[in-house]
Amino acid sequence: MLTAPVIVAASFAYVGLLFAIAYYGDKRADAGRSVIANPYIYALSLAVYCTAWTFYGSVGRAATGGIGFLPIYLGPTLMAALWWYVLLKIIRISKENRITSIADFIASRYGKSQLLGGLVTVIAILGIVPYIALQLKAISTSFSIILKYPDVVMPDKQAVPPFLGDNTFYIAMLLAAFTILFGTRHLDATERHEGLVAAVAFESLVKLLAFIAVGLFVTFGMYGGFADIFGRAAEVPQLNALITVGGESGNYVTWASLTFLSMCAILFLPRQFQVAVVENVDERHLNKAIWLFPLYLFAINIFVLPIALGGLMHFAPGSVDADTFVLTLPMAQGQAWLALFAFIGGLSAATGMVIVETIALSTMACNDLVMPALLRMRWLRLNERSDLSGLLLGIRRGAIVVILMLGYVYFYVAGEAYALVSIGLISFSLVAQFAPAIIGGIFWKGGTRLGTICGLAAGFLVWTYTLLLPSFAKSGWLPIVFLSEGLFGIDLLKPQQLFGLTGLDDVTHCLFWSMLANIGCYAGISLLQRPGAAEHSQATLFVDAFKHGAAGAGSRFWRGSASVADLLGLLGRFLGPERAQEAFAAYARGQGLKSPSQLTADAALVHYAESLLAGAIGSASARAMVASVVDEEPLGIDEVMHIIDEASQVLAYSRQLEQKSRELESATAELMSANRRLQELDRLKDDFISTVTHELRTPLTSIRAFSEILNDNPELDAGQRAKFLGIVIKESERLTRLINQVLDLARIESGNAEWHPGVVDMREVIDDAVAAVAHLFQDKGIPLAVDAPAPVPPVVADRDRLMQVMLNLLSNAAKFCDRPDGRVRVALSREADALRVDVADNGIGISPAEQEVIFEKFRQGGDTLTQKPKGSGLGLAISRQIICHFGGRLWVTSEPGRGSTFSFTIPLRPEAGAVQAGLRDDVLHAAPQP
Amino acid sequence: MSGGRRVLVVEDEPSILLSLEFLLKTAGCEVLVARDGAEALRATAAARPDLIVLDIMLPLVDGFEVCRRIREDERLAGTRILMLTARGRREADRGMAAGADAYLAKPFATRELLQAVAALLGAPRAGQ
Repeated sequence: MLTAPVIVAASFAYVGLLFAIAYYGDKRADAGRSVIANPYIYALSLAVYCTAWTFYGSVGRAATGGIGFLPIYLGPTLMAALWWYVLLKIIRISKENRITSIADFIASRYGKSQLLGGLVTVIAILGIVPYIALQLKAISTSFSIILKYPDVVMPDKQAVPPFLGDNTFYIAMLLAAFTILFGTRHLDATERHEGLVAAVAFESLVKLLAFIAVGLFVTFGMYGGFADIFGRAAEVPQLNALITVGGESGNYVTWASLTFLSMCAILFLPRQFQVAVVENVDERHLNKAIWLFPLYLFAINIFVLPIALGGLMHFAPGSVDADTFVLTLPMAQGQAWLALFAFIGGLSAATGMVIVETIALSTMACNDLVMPALLRMRWLRLNERSDLSGLLLGIRRGAIVVILMLGYVYFYVAGEAYALVSIGLISFSLVAQFAPAIIGGIFWKGGTRLGTICGLAAGFLVWTYTLLLPSFAKSGWLPIVFLSEGLFGIDLLKPQQLFGLTGLDDVTHCLFWSMLANIGCYAGISLLQRPGAAEHSQATLFVDAFKHGAAGAGSRFWRGSASVADLLGLLGRFLGPERAQEAFAAYARGQGLKSPSQLTADAALVHYAESLLAGAIGSASARAMVASVVDEEPLGIDEVMHIIDEASQVLAYSRQLEQKSRELESATAELMSANRRLQELDRLKDDFISTVTHELRTPLTSIRAFSEILNDNPELDAGQRAKFLGIVIKESERLTRLINQVLDLARIESGNAEWHPGVVDMREVIDDAVAAVAHLFQDKGIPLAVDAPAPVPPVVADRDRLMQVMLNLLSNAAKFCDRPDGRVRVALSREADALRVDVADNGIGISPAEQEVIFEKFRQGGDTLTQKPKGSGLGLAISRQIICHFGGRLWVTSEPGRGSTFSFTIPLRPEAGAVQAGLRDDVLHAAPQP
Repeated sequence: MSGGRRVLVVEDEPSILLSLEFLLKTAGCEVLVARDGAEALRATAAARPDLIVLDIMLPLVDGFEVCRRIREDERLAGTRILMLTARGRREADRGMAAGADAYLAKPFATRELLQAVAALLGAPRAGQ
């Protein structure tokens, strides 16, 4: 039932489905509803990494090298962990500089060098075209195998199909058509190919499902699960070696070099750069891709060993190529549909790679090879053509056809040659040569154009000599003595034991020498040179890509004059006049201008035009084109350094200004608040003086009035005279007391009070105070009780001042406890680090509103509204000052109508500075040690 | 000169009140006393004194307020008010603005007080 028409129809139907998906994806993108704007599609599209080489080749490698196939997938998995540092930066740089390919990236980094862009392009095409050929071979081989169904027959390696006569050619042409249709829709190569990415993601899904389907069939259909397969394989000595670490596959150097190669490949293969960087929709998709992509690699590798072992045990040794087990095992078991599915899976792995790689290479070939060359050929008079956009698209389409044809020709010529079969790793080794230029370029500002060119060229030459030419020799295209005896018969020049280095496999050997040459030239020459102006400005843009403001920095490094019309004309020639007009109109709107005619051709506009052009023809050509229409004044390196210095100085000044302005603001605020405080203090002082005046005048008034009365009325009787004289005396005493208190408070507040600190027994102070007021309490009939526990530790304080506080609190208590059952209780207690004294009465109490007020000067609580207050109104203010001076606290708790409790604390260990004045060391040392 | 006239003394400080009471009685006045603003207003309404000697710092209702309320009452239009101030010039100005006829700053000379009282009781209030 699997006849040729069915298989051909299925193949074409599958490719047709790809067209449909791509068409749908592009339609959705045109409608503004992207299908690829999600991290899953992004991660799947990254899996274009897995080609036919993975789909068929992994099993083949596993069948000969056991788990030696794993490093190719371990590398990308390791690299995924570094994506946040490396890939994210590359994406950011590429978007900001409208970079279209890996050649453009390297050229742009090192001063927009056309030479460098061309070199990278040539290297990439040389390395990748055979790789495309390998994919075509996989399609061809799998097709001829499945055509023989149900027989498992290896294709005849000697039979040569007629040139252009086999199906592979038509497949290649179909892929070219597909790539042209969906890969060159837009002129601007930085614009995403949404339909194409959707198709590639779909292909990734198909190849994964196909491989897993075959894996499940082999593992669970042909055998009894993983344990069964591995168990049986372990009984066969040759197979046991494959699944044992440390056997043939256990060469750690090989493992390390393969892992390194694949780490480079996942970043720098042109197709990976295309899907990971150019086609990236949103940087945040990386977040998911970082674990989704390794998961994909894991899934597609689970069944590699089971299929390899299953194939080796099922087929007679040597009868079937291990590379075809994925296809031939289902065929041998009569599973027609599964075989077809496997074939489609292999087809998808091959076509996905071919499509993306071709686009990437054609962009590079067009922008970095063909266009620069054409523009240099003055006799073509390209500069005079008004619209080059058609030519550009034509070149790109032509490049696609040419690259695919080259792939086909190589496939046709090389056939079964070693040079094709082993191209996977050879290709990886070449791509790894980009690593120093790119990684160095985004993290090190010192790399120069010349250093990069020399490094790349050296790496490429060493690669050619140690890996490519030997593969040609093994294919019989070069005399094999070249391998065994070295160039010109010189032993040291043996390509695979260069300078006598032995013991390494050929890939590791090549990697060692090529990287040594590459990095050595790159770093060495860069260090010897001072980068030029253009290199320096690009280095800053690339290395500082994450720094704020780096994006707009490109225009800083340009000086010259241009006209808007010239720039518009230039853009129009490459992008088409309409698009150029649109772009300028959009730019004008962004600048807040009404029409493009108001634009001035300043550095920013020139930079904008150049970056637009870069998207179409690559940064190096764009640079050359813009230079042709504007009158540039060359910038020397010193001037660039000067601009950078100036910019950073301006930045520093503006930071300083901001800082100063903030400081000024805060100083202003402080001044205003200080002013408010001063005004408040001034008002308080006026109030205080006014109040003191009033308080002094009151007793004085009585004294004066009665003195004059006594003086003017000699006839007064003795009783009255005595009474009036008594008033004069009493008021004089009141006046004296008041004056003393005012002076006392003023001294304490101004810090001029005299303190006589000493070791004080609080219990003794209380007893003395109680004794002093005993008479007063007896007169009023108020019982006074003292509740003091066993001896308390002494405190450091001024005894007289504490006495003053106690007397004030006790006399207040007596005053406000004017009721028949009034009583006052004094309690002394010890707290954690202080002594506490409570003076409690059951008098009229103090309302909550007044509980703080009473500690202010001349503010009295209680009965001021109904009765003349008793006392000066300074007592509590002074008491609080005294207690604070000793580091304690004085406060009141009260319930109106039920009495008040005034409490204060004196710390047992005075805080430093709390008792400053006059406290001598010996007193401190005499302080209690509780 | 001040004999037989009715004078209300409003003062919360007992000693000052006592001295004023003695001075005015000696001068032949009929003397009523009040110890706060509210009491002063009640006594004024009930006894309609010819002169009120009014302290400013008073409990409950202060001297300014007492002064204003008396001036608002038409029936008390003939009542003269002598203010006693203890806080200086500004307080005196406020008192005059509130409707006092004259003021004396504490501590006052007894002779000045008696002269002021005699002057206020001798001359009828303007407009009477």
